[in-house]
Amino acid sequence: MKLTLWTYEGPPHVGAMRVATAMKGLHYVLHAPQGDTYADLLFTMIERRNHRPPVTYTTFQARDLGADTANLFKTACQNAYDRFKPEAMIVGASCTAELIQDDPGGMAEAMGLPVPVIALELPSYQRKENFGADETFFQITRALARPVERTARITCNLIGATGLGFRHRDDVTELTGLLSDMGVSVNVTAPYGATPSDIKRLGAAHFNVLMYPETGEAACRWMERELGLPYTRTVPIGVGATRDFLAEVSTITGLPEQLDEARLRQPWYAASVDSTYLTAKRVFIFGDGTHVAAAARIARDEMGFEVVGLGCYNREMARPIRALAKSYGLEPLITDDYLEVEAAIAALAPEMILGTQMERMIGKRLGIPCAVISAPVHVQDFPARYSPQMGIEGANVIFDTWVHPLVMGLEEHLLHMFRDDFEFHDAAGASHHGAAPVAVGAGGPAPQPAASPRGISTKKNELGLVIWLADAERELKKIPFFVRGKARRNTEIFAAEKGLCEIGIDTLYEAKAHYAR
Amino acid sequence: MSLDTCPPPATGCRDAPLLKQRGQHEVFCGLTGIIWLHRKMQDAFFLVVGSRTCAHLLQSAAGVMIFAEPRFGTAILEETDLAGLKDAQDELEREVARLLARRPDIRQLFLVGSCPSEVIKLDLARAAERLTLKHTPHVRVLNYSGSGIETTFTQGEDACLASMVPTLPDRTTRQLMLVGALPDVVEDQALDLLAQMGIGPISVLPAKRSDGSLGVGANTVFALTQPFLGDTLTALERRGARHIPAAFPFGAEGTTAWLRAVADEFGVDDATFARVTAAPRARATRAVAQAAETLAGKSVFFFPDSQLEIPLARFLTRECGMTALEVGTPFLHKSILGPDLDLLAEGPVLAEGQDVDRQLDRCRAARPDLTVCGLGLANPLEAEGLATKWAIELVFTPVHFYEQAGDLAGLFSRPLRRRALLHPGARA
Repeated sequence: MKLTLWTYEGPPHVGAMRVATAMKGLHYVLHAPQGDTYADLLFTMIERRNHRPPVTYTTFQARDLGADTANLFKTACQNAYDRFKPEAMIVGASCTAELIQDDPGGMAEAMGLPVPVIALELPSYQRKENFGADETFFQITRALARPVERTARITCNLIGATGLGFRHRDDVTELTGLLSDMGVSVNVTAPYGATPSDIKRLGAAHFNVLMYPETGEAACRWMERELGLPYTRTVPIGVGATRDFLAEVSTITGLPEQLDEARLRQPWYAASVDSTYLTAKRVFIFGDGTHVAAAARIARDEMGFEVVGLGCYNREMARPIRALAKSYGLEPLITDDYLEVEAAIAALAPEMILGTQMERMIGKRLGIPCAVISAPVHVQDFPARYSPQMGIEGANVIFDTWVHPLVMGLEEHLLHMFRDDFEFHDAAGASHHGAAPVAVGAGGPAPQPAASPRGISTKKNELGLVIWLADAERELKKIPFFVRGKARRNTEIFAAEKGLCEIGIDTLYEAKAHYAR
Repeated sequence: MSLDTCPPPATGCRDAPLLKQRGQHEVFCGLTGIIWLHRKMQDAFFLVVGSRTCAHLLQSAAGVMIFAEPRFGTAILEETDLAGLKDAQDELEREVARLLARRPDIRQLFLVGSCPSEVIKLDLARAAERLTLKHTPHVRVLNYSGSGIETTFTQGEDACLASMVPTLPDRTTRQLMLVGALPDVVEDQALDLLAQMGIGPISVLPAKRSDGSLGVGANTVFALTQPFLGDTLTALERRGARHIPAAFPFGAEGTTAWLRAVADEFGVDDATFARVTAAPRARATRAVAQAAETLAGKSVFFFPDSQLEIPLARFLTRECGMTALEVGTPFLHKSILGPDLDLLAEGPVLAEGQDVDRQLDRCRAARPDLTVCGLGLANPLEAEGLATKWAIELVFTPVHFYEQAGDLAGLFSRPLRRRALLHPGARA
């Protein structure tokens, strides 16, 4: 038993739903109790789908337990077929149905439905959502795909995009354009938008583009072995990775590399002088393995950040992430416990976090800017506008997304210059144009002991390690509020390292000198 | 004082035929109740013993609340827990000890059963007894089931409150008990109105804190503020308490009827009743009238969700001028909802349980002006051109009693007003 509040991944049957919802003409019959339909709202609300996920739940109840649940499953299966007339069906059990051992696969097979029925074995008590998606798509591919004649033109399949995927919709569009520029057209995109008949002609492509290893690798491996389709290893997120990806496509197809750079603005933006202040910003990166690996490369090689920590929550990607961390000289953090992630971030005190919805909340709590790079995400990260992560436009989108939470260089400079300005202190309120100033006590701004992020400095005080002297505390107040927390933390760490128990003005400035870059 | 808004219908729906259906239910399980109960009971922690699905459900349903260190969590069963059940008891004790060490402010711990824990017959009742002995007197450990195989959505609250009733101390003196978790602001309004009529002493189940002052006995009379409390009602009656049947306090009429029933029990005279209720009642009527301009003459279709559907249909039809086409409810306790059914005019299909695909067929055929449904159905129906009001909000938002009557009507009129704004000229 493990006490949990936040989970990065849902149970594996949610992964199967992500595949079913991404596809058309496929129906999923899930042996599950009342209540498991909650997962529908992930698709209708977070992804804002305009139709119900193609999933039928058997909704068994306590009084059905015993022989009746098997009949319930058969009825539900038959009704779902009669109503939706899918080209193929997948059947499986949720965590509770796994315990009552009804064998949905065997029962569905015995029913003799006139369409392929694919049984899923998803171990709910061992594996999670990404495994569920990967395994489901693999089973569908294995059941339906057959060797077929290659297309005359050079074509590929885009593999791995699913429902509820982080920017999958726009990545598919971007990648389709990128490949088209090289003269490669797309045979089938799957599971996203594919029908079971599309799956049958996967083998007509010349190779596979594995977009997301988490959700497409098992199927790509199988197709390599059984259908002779090689697949790409590089995920084209970031400029360098996009170039490597195209080189890989060139090697596979023999076509010359083509990259239309007219729209590519990220390299110039990163080179322009306004970006100088980004140099060696300390970033912490967490998410799914694929997006973390891509982000680490962009952060270091294309943005000039310093990666101070990285890790992933999906243990399927633990090996590549360990290797990557080693090459960055870092200890990887492979965990699905958000408290461990929070502790790691608090200890490293980065200037920026790249992570999931949870890291965004951790960032908020610790006062650290954060940009979202990976699922799980909330509704705002299924945007209406075009915003891929892959390819050329992806690189532009990533530059904007990562830079926005940081204070702009010029802004930072001005704030420092005018930090003692009479109208420009933290109690002055948000605007000079009508916003009410923050109430201040008689005799000027009241001291605000809570200015530092919660829990960091108080922890030190509890341990009785470092005490701020009054003059240093006053000097600290002169630092703009949005970097004050960092200054406080750095000074405390510096003081602790030097074995000091008190912080005076000198210590404050010595620490500033120490951390200056 | 008469209920003069609108005369009661000649027959009402108390004996109307009930469409009972089985099939796929598109509803939450009882675990969801934890999300509002933990806000209400400030020294309680809700520990679900279940699977990753349970944790994922709570996370999805709680939304941003999950980031605020709420007092609930899931002990996720792992492969090893399924192998031997003795193991599971020890594991649970260990996790509870860790939890209580980390949260010393917790005084009540609820072990909440789920589908997996019920199916493997993990004996949470025994676990609760053992844990109570171990952590007494500081923490009391109780258990109830919020599993989907036994409970639907708000029934989780019923199961929770019912589990507390047998542990309450005996109280022999006469008292009024209000039963059902309400937002604090609403609870205070209700207590204030009753106090002005001289009714008291009053206690509330669930109490904000478990300080032991809550008791029950033969001289207790109780009124439900929520319609989904069937098991709690039975448990209270078993302790000798007596139920005051009343329509539920939604809208001006519902609130007045509810207060009247309680006032009659305590012998409050008409003049006092009128003096206390006249002003807030007039305010409520005015506030409802504004929203009713949008709602009058429109039809409404309820999918089952919370058991609030019948009193809400009564409010919308009688105070806002709507027509109910179908009123679906997960369960219908006739003894509890009788007064509301009496006031609901004959006509709508009353449906208990669900076969969601067939119900969707009926809904599409009926083309209601407004469909009240869950979040899994709302956007798909909007995309088909049907205006929807998602039902969960009706449980989380303050909607009871006079001062919220306008807000309650507003929740239903907003989707229609929005539709008119975005599609001027279309069927309003």
